[in-house]
Amino acid sequence: MNPGWLPIDGVLLVVGGWLALGVCGVFALRNLRLIAWVIFPASALLSVALAGFAFVAIPSTPDVAVLAIGLPDLPFHLRLDALSAFFLLLLGLASAGITIFAGGYFREGEGTAPGLICLQYHVFLAAMALVLMADDAYAFMVCWEMMALSSFLLVTTNHRIPEIQRAGYLYLLVAHIGAIAILLCFGVLQANTGDYTFANMRLQQLSPFWASAAFLLALFGFGAKAGILPLHIWLPEAHPAAPSPVSALMSGVMLKTAIYGLVRVTFDLLHTPIWWWGVVALVLGLATALFGAVFAAAQVDMKRLLAYSSIENIGLIVMALGLASVFAAYRMPSLAALAMTAMLYHCLNHAIFKSLLFLGTGSVLHATHERSLGKLGGLMRFMPFVAATTLVGVIAAAGLPPTNGFVSEWLLLQSFLFTGGLPNPYLKMLVPIFAAGVALVAAIAGYVMVKFFGVIFLGRPREESLAGARDAGGLERLGLAWLTAGCILLGLLPVTVIGVIDPIPFGLVGRGLAQSGRVGNWLLLAPVTAERASYSPIIVLLATLALVAFAVVLVHRLYHGRVRRAAPWDCGWPQQTARMQDTAEGFGQPIRQIFEPLYRMHRELPTAFDSRPRYRVIVEDPFWAGLYLRIAAATDRISRFVGLLQRGRISIYLLYSFITLVTLLFLTQA
Amino acid sequence: MNLEGILAQLAAMLVALMAAPLLMGWVNQWRALLQNRRPPPLLQQFRALHKLFWKESVMAHEATPMYRVAPYAVFSLMLLAAMIIPTLSTNLPLAPAADAIALVGLFALARVFISLAAMDIGTAFGTLGARREMLIGFLAEPAFLMVLFTASLISNSTSLATIVENLGQRQLTIQPSLAFAGVAFTMVSLAENARIPVDNPATHLELTMIHEALLLEYSGRHLALMEWAAALKLFAYSCAGLALFFPWGVARENDHIALLFALPVLAAKLAAGGIALAVIETILAKMRIFRVPEFLATAFLLGVLGLLVHLLLGA
Repeated sequence: MNPGWLPIDGVLLVVGGWLALGVCGVFALRNLRLIAWVIFPASALLSVALAGFAFVAIPSTPDVAVLAIGLPDLPFHLRLDALSAFFLLLLGLASAGITIFAGGYFREGEGTAPGLICLQYHVFLAAMALVLMADDAYAFMVCWEMMALSSFLLVTTNHRIPEIQRAGYLYLLVAHIGAIAILLCFGVLQANTGDYTFANMRLQQLSPFWASAAFLLALFGFGAKAGILPLHIWLPEAHPAAPSPVSALMSGVMLKTAIYGLVRVTFDLLHTPIWWWGVVALVLGLATALFGAVFAAAQVDMKRLLAYSSIENIGLIVMALGLASVFAAYRMPSLAALAMTAMLYHCLNHAIFKSLLFLGTGSVLHATHERSLGKLGGLMRFMPFVAATTLVGVIAAAGLPPTNGFVSEWLLLQSFLFTGGLPNPYLKMLVPIFAAGVALVAAIAGYVMVKFFGVIFLGRPREESLAGARDAGGLERLGLAWLTAGCILLGLLPVTVIGVIDPIPFGLVGRGLAQSGRVGNWLLLAPVTAERASYSPIIVLLATLALVAFAVVLVHRLYHGRVRRAAPWDCGWPQQTARMQDTAEGFGQPIRQIFEPLYRMHRELPTAFDSRPRYRVIVEDPFWAGLYLRIAAATDRISRFVGLLQRGRISIYLLYSFITLVTLLFLTQA
Repeated sequence: MNLEGILAQLAAMLVALMAAPLLMGWVNQWRALLQNRRPPPLLQQFRALHKLFWKESVMAHEATPMYRVAPYAVFSLMLLAAMIIPTLSTNLPLAPAADAIALVGLFALARVFISLAAMDIGTAFGTLGARREMLIGFLAEPAFLMVLFTASLISNSTSLATIVENLGQRQLTIQPSLAFAGVAFTMVSLAENARIPVDNPATHLELTMIHEALLLEYSGRHLALMEWAAALKLFAYSCAGLALFFPWGVARENDHIALLFALPVLAAKLAAGGIALAVIETILAKMRIFRVPEFLATAFLLGVLGLLVHLLLGA
């Protein structure tokens, strides 16, 4: 290969470019035109370049670099291997669309000045890229914190609103509790050698007890960032608070850095998983996925709904990770590779379609200034471009063919079907239950997405002001189109994508799908053999389109194509108003009723005698009251007890010192 | 892919297109007979479709392209689904493109289209229908998937052609896992095809309708396509059931003698299935909509039980 040029140099160049663009933003603090039309598009080009470098880096040998920043004797070790490169590819692909959209999105007069947002945004991007490349605990933690802080500042862009302050504070709190666990995990991994590079951690042979401790700490720490139950609590608060491109970046990419960390620790630093780790991940993943899906169905705020849907997808990803580690623990590398491919594929898919959906809500928010589903409706007529692109995202998020969401779900279900060969009978019994759970979650996701799209874009406008909604501008359209194309292409070319992913399972579990030549040709995805299972999105799409064309031509030729426009019939009821449509609450009601024990609901039901009848249902997260408020109360009690010591009088403090001194003297004498 | 395969595929398409309304008419005839009414002619469905295609299509002022695209999309998806299920022969060039999981995906995509189209105009009944359809779908879909998984595990494949070939070879014994799956499948297909006890295809009663509420605004050729799609769905589900539980008589690749008998055998099986459906619809009463989730949750649990039984007992 070319010795003068390594992919890692390219990636570092992009990171440097991002930081430089961010600093430019500070100098052009209120020059909106410069920021929108020069800085953000340039940054999007850098994202594309990053994706290109990462694409080159995945199949090549790992590159290392040492950056002499930070403390003396403690430089940043960076390493670009296949796993890092894949997540960098994800970052590049998703952020290219998000950044170009952001250029059209950030405007004057919304909290933080645009130039400052530009700085925070680019620091956030650069920090995520560095987290993915860090090769020692120190660099990792510094970049991890940089990522958390910059995203906190972005979440609190509208920092004058108390709700947003609260959401930001909660996010910061959970992020730091997670960071502590990650730090402890690295502490365990270095096994008293005092050397915190990942290269050293890979060499250590931990006892099963300490390895398990490290795994559980990583699961907790990274789970706090990814939103695994019960640490998901910040997600539905922070996502609606943040500006839409930031929500897209956080949900689409930042959650994946946590998945990256979990994979890095489980499969790379700890090299051999123990079988029950996988079971823990499967159980937590299923609980997270079901919880996210069920709560998404009950939401009435469009961005909260998407936040819960992200929780659901993270659950599915964690389940795939668990399954992969179960297979890896039982030395079944082909199956581990299948599950891991499903997991990585779903990470990529979720990054693309969830970013697309968040950006779609951003356009709706800009056009209508309304986030509540109950006040939207009928926007397809006024915003056809946003509606069409969002529809693709919705189909992908519902996991339906021929989009990308279906491919990863298909791979995940396939990997569940192979578990018959597991030696452990209890696991064998559990696995169909997990498979059933995945099927149920996927089906509820479909329900949620129909609600999301139908209530926002279809029907009649629920408010009169919506008729003035305008479609997205040029830069916003470009961003939406980029991500839509991603949803379609990732869905249509699964074998190509799996070929790109392949070096990762090969490196981590010793076998890849494409490497063992069992993935089919470009047209037909067949992870084992064509007799075993196969799926071809291109043929499905073409066959459907051909049948549509056949039906259209035949109907119009044999009969006619006449259409008459009239008032809607609606069983002959003439006084139809927009208020008679299902509200968002109404559409979610069946799910709320079926899963009632899961929710904490406050209902205000009108009686027949109310002069101003009022109906209201507030759905609350049960973890908030059941877990977090209790922890807060306990902390309060403990600190009040500790507070008894503080009297504010110097003589009492002197007494404490005296008692301490005497006790210590007594102890040393004894 | 060879000429024979393409012909088989075209034959499967034609059979699906023609047999679907016939099956619907057959079920209606038997239902009328069992309920002491004079039955409509067997070809009544064709006449109705022909009439609808000639009528002009009336659309609401508010209708968006979604509303116009949906009938074609739903019709094509149902036709594609019917084409990939082995009915006459397992030699279908399109079958490898979509396995059992993708089949469920196709049905789900059609459901999403039909529900979104029903929400498009923004009438009270349309959104009501969409909500109920999705309610049934989100429970029926995983249950159907569990049934397919049981069959997949038994034959070690999710490809429908391989499943039929494998199951067709076994002895005529009752496997416990398939028995569970069969009950689950029957319940799911009653719900999915808007049949009693879940929905009543014969009424437009506001409080109970599900499928009809979705189609309320449609007229003319769009309605015809939706009705045909519903018939195709019934046909596809019937064929899926026959393929999983009565796979005998479907011709394998290069088995020309069996191919001769395949059509009469299919007709006989469908006729028997249609009578069974009419009997079920006659002896059962429609249940309240709030009971439907329980009904479908039972089907889901039975499906999971079937899967468990197979994994634990290997039967």
